[in-house]
Parts: sequence; structure tokens; C-alpha cells
Amino acid sequence: MSRKLLLNNIHVEGIHTYDVYRKTGGYAAVEKALKSMSPDDVVEEVKKSGLRGRGGAGFPTGMKWSFIAKPEGVPRHLLCNADESEPGTFKDRYLMEKIPHLLIEGMILSSFALGCEQSYIYIRGEYMYVLRILEKAIAEAYQNGWLGKNIKGSGYNLDLSVSPGAGAYICGEETALIESLEGKRGNPRMKPPFPAIQGLWQRPTVVNNVETICAVVPIVNEGGDAYAQIGIGRSTGTKLISAGGNINKPGVYELELGVSVEEFIYGDQYCGGIKNGKKLKACVPGGSSVPILPHYLVCKTAEGNDRLMSYESLADGGFANGSMLGSGGFIIYDEDQCIVRNTWNFSRFYHHESCGQCSPCREGTGWMEKVLHRLEYGHGKMEDIDLLWDIQRKIEGNTICPLGDAAAWPVAAAIRHFREEFEWHVKEPNACTTRNYGLVKEKVFEKVNA
Amino acid sequence: MENQNIENIQFPKELLDEVQRAVSSFPEGKQKSALIRTLHIAQAHFGYLSTPVMDYVARLLHIQPIEVYEVATFYSMYDTQPVGKVKLEVCRTGPCMIEGAEKIVSYIENKLGIKDGETTSDGIFTLKTVECLGACGYAPMLQAGEKFHEHLTEEKVDALIEQYRLKPVANYMGQE
Repeated sequence: MSRKLLLNNIHVEGIHTYDVYRKTGGYAAVEKALKSMSPDDVVEEVKKSGLRGRGGAGFPTGMKWSFIAKPEGVPRHLLCNADESEPGTFKDRYLMEKIPHLLIEGMILSSFALGCEQSYIYIRGEYMYVLRILEKAIAEAYQNGWLGKNIKGSGYNLDLSVSPGAGAYICGEETALIESLEGKRGNPRMKPPFPAIQGLWQRPTVVNNVETICAVVPIVNEGGDAYAQIGIGRSTGTKLISAGGNINKPGVYELELGVSVEEFIYGDQYCGGIKNGKKLKACVPGGSSVPILPHYLVCKTAEGNDRLMSYESLADGGFANGSMLGSGGFIIYDEDQCIVRNTWNFSRFYHHESCGQCSPCREGTGWMEKVLHRLEYGHGKMEDIDLLWDIQRKIEGNTICPLGDAAAWPVAAAIRHFREEFEWHVKEPNACTTRNYGLVKEKVFEKVNA
Repeated sequence: MENQNIENIQFPKELLDEVQRAVSSFPEGKQKSALIRTLHIAQAHFGYLSTPVMDYVARLLHIQPIEVYEVATFYSMYDTQPVGKVKLEVCRTGPCMIEGAEKIVSYIENKLGIKDGETTSDGIFTLKTVECLGACGYAPMLQAGEKFHEHLTEEKVDALIEQYRLKPVANYMGQE
């Protein structure tokens, strides 16, 4: 049975309230840190834990923290990235809605470690009701002396507040988030300078995902070494996976990194298998940006090893035969789903969400959407498939922020693994305009399943 | 909202306090950081962000009107044109699509006699398809005001349209 570190008390009645959270051991980590640890000790524990960013990029958190500049007399800021918008991902919402004090406790610990006295949670505007839950919890934390001046007599001061976005995927990118928190359009900044040197209001800033900050709580409680014992290899600890698509039990699961993908999809304690007894066609394991895996590469790697839920194993095979753990937005496609339609849908998303700053992304995402639309609706030509390939290649790596890459990767992977399905959309144009997925199954699936 | 001259536009006291709370969570001189929140409050109160409303927000925060316009037109949650009292925002992205979001959209279109982006003639409903709302495991879903309606079926859509027709909640305000 997989260990739980974040969701172990999630089903305790009233866990969203301060009293219950405190009774189940909440804020013990803050007590411990303020009493017996220095800020550097906390950073050290996080380094030892091997914790990696849970927002998608997987960058070691302790290392990120150690980059923050500490010029004399300049305030530093910790920002929590609660802009969760990667299609397929809904874990942070679950954490904040069900157990808001865990995030607040993590924010206190992380702010203490970084020497920040004013921290912010930037939450997507659509989660306004979650913002209200957080604000209520923050008020409780203030009332009980966990926030404000001289916290529990330690001499450490921290103010924490929540600020909403207003519907822009791009604001999940850290420099766009900073721009947005400054009250501007979410246009990503060129790096360098990195936020650790010049971030919010040109001050040294760290931006971490909700789940990353929550994970600091068990790390401080149990120690970095104990945390590093959990998981597999360089994928330490637990990860929340938001599972959706054609599965029996969609939802948020906390699992020890290293659980096999097969167990995760078919195991009763996780997704519980494919809905309606259908066959697995494809899987997007880490949010819409990561490469889609065809069924034969989901549970096994190209070499035939078991594929595991870990940063390394999901990336095994590179982009040719692998994917990424990403944000943990796990989407399952059954045999009836149309890959061309899904790719068009994702391209429309990226086109809609491109901030418009860089030409390759602003124009390229629109072109990809148009070309995919005509393929899906039966007006495509064979050259269109190569044209798509060409466009995505010219976006990747040529933009200020990773949104361009995120738009390019799903298109590239879909063509790489499902080229025949694209070709079939050209050869049988009338069939694909009907939105009849059954035909896709009949024509393509024999081949895919062979 | 009729007659939106800037002279007539004024937040009531409690909303001014809410803006003030947002402003005071940022350091002195960084009041522009409260802009996004203030625009949410303004949209909820005035129905949409008309130019006079945006000018009012600019004055409140001591920033230039253009700084408000560029933000209001960037973020997809803001309406710079009038909308219905209840915005039904149906998620159309991947995981919702494969669980039947398109059928839900056509069902609402037929039921209300409007297309995506349009408002019913009684001014109650606006239908809008939106990108991922972070409810992929509970698909298909829509957001009305702040409320998430998940695992949608035609029956559930009927019920919630009936409910909002009887009691149109203002956009943004009031979580049930």
C-alpha cells in the first residue's frame, strides 16, 4: 500500500477548519522549525529530501531556493503558484479546497526558509470559491498566531494573502504570474534576469507550485532523509495525480512515486480500469502539454520494462517513445476516441491561451489549430500532416516561455504515434465529418491494436 | 447597466472596503497589484466592464485608464460587453470533450435557443465555451458565477437552468 503524506487526513471530518487541522497534528512543523531550526536548516532538509517541483518542470526545490539573491535591505517574496490550468490537472484545487491549512503551513515554512516576510498565493480567477476558502483559513491562522508579527514568540513576521488571476493559462508560467501579480497583462519576461534575482517588483522571488509547498510540511516533520526514502531513485516522495478521461474512477490520487502505470490504471485503489470495459488507446500522463503515449508504450517502455509513475520512467525513451510526469494530469483515452480531434482540441486551447508576445507561438498555434480543424472536418490534404510537423518544429524552442513548446509537443507526438489516423482522415473525409468515433475505431484500431 | 456616465459610477462602502483590503495586502505604492481583483469586484457589481467603469477603477487605484484597458482585454474572465445575469461557462477542453462536453453545449444551445457567446432575449443567460477549468475528473462541467456544476447530464442541465431562471444569481458573487 502506497504511503500518503499530504492526503492522509483528507477524510477527517472538518479537516478544512483550523481546530480539526490542528488536532490532527497541523502546524507542528511550523512549531518545530521556529523553535529548533534556522532558515538554512529548512532549506537543507528540503535539499536532502530530493523534492522536485510538482507543477510540471520537476526542478529540484532545494536548489531553486538556494538561488535566491539576498541583497541587504531588499525584501524577498515567495509566491505560490495556484494558477493550475494545465488541461487534465485538478490536484491543487483539491488540496486547497479540502485541506487549506496544509498550504498555509507550507507557506509559513517555505517563507521562513527563504527569509520572506510577505508572501502571496496567486490563484486562478475561476477558483474564486477556493480563494474564499483560503482567505477564511488564513484569517483563522492569523487569529491563532501563526501569521502576523512575531509568530509564536519567534521574532519571525509573515503576512500572507491571496490574489486572483482572471482566466489566463499563461499566468501559470512563473514570470507571467509575476507580471499578473503586479497588475499587468500576463506576458512572460525574458530570462535572465531570473526571478530569484529580479522577480516581483524587481525583488528576489521564488515561485513554487501548491503541491510543492505542501510537501515541505511532511519534509520538516519527518526530516529530509526520511522523505527521500519514499519513492524511487531521483523521484522521491509522493505525487498527487489527477486522473481523468475514460476511466472508472476519476479523481485525485496520492501515490508513492514508483507505482507501476499498469497498477495505477487498472488497480482498484486507483483508476479502476477503463470505463465500459473498453480498451486503452492512448494516455497523456502529465497534462495536455506532454507527449501522448500510444497504448503499447503506456504500461511498458520501448525496451519492454515496466513503466512506472516517476519522473525518469515516464520520460524513458525520450520524446520518441516516452513522455513526462509533468503536472500529474493523467488522461486516459479509450478505443473510441479520435486522436486527430483531441489534438485539434488541444491546439485550439494553446491558440486561445498564447499571450501573443512571440510570433512563432502567436501565429503558429493558430495555424496548427486551423490545419488540424480542416483535417478533422474532412478538408485536409496529405501535405497538411507534414505542414503540421513543420510548424510545430518551428515553434519549439523559439519562444520566450515554454508555452510554445507545450503547444508543439502534443502535435508532434500525435503525428509520430498516430500518423495513420491522420492519413485516414484525409483518405476518408466524409467519415470523419460525422464525429462518429466508431468509424475511427473500425478503421484505425485494428492497426493500432495489432 | 444603463446610463454609465462616470459621475454615476460609484462602489458602495462595503465594496470600497473590499478594494481597500486588496490594496493593503501589497506594499505602499504597489496598489496596481490590486487591479485584477478590483476588476472582478467591478464586473460583479456593474455587470460588465464598460469604459466608464474601467475609468472609475483607474481613478480608484491611481493608475492610467490604459493600464486598466490592457488588463481588462487580456484576461478571458472579463466582459467588456454586456452579458446575461448568469454566465454558463462550459469547459470544452480535452478531458471534458471526451466525456461529452460537446453534447452538453449543443443541448444548452437548443434548450435556450442561443449559440456559444450569445445571450437569451430575457437577458438571463449567456452561454460561453471556455478552456479548462480544472475539473477534468468530474467532466463534463460548467461554471455559473463562482459555482462549479460537475458530472453534467441533460437532466442536471435542465434542473440548473430552471434554478437560475427562478433566481438568477449575479455573476461572480455568491457561492452557494
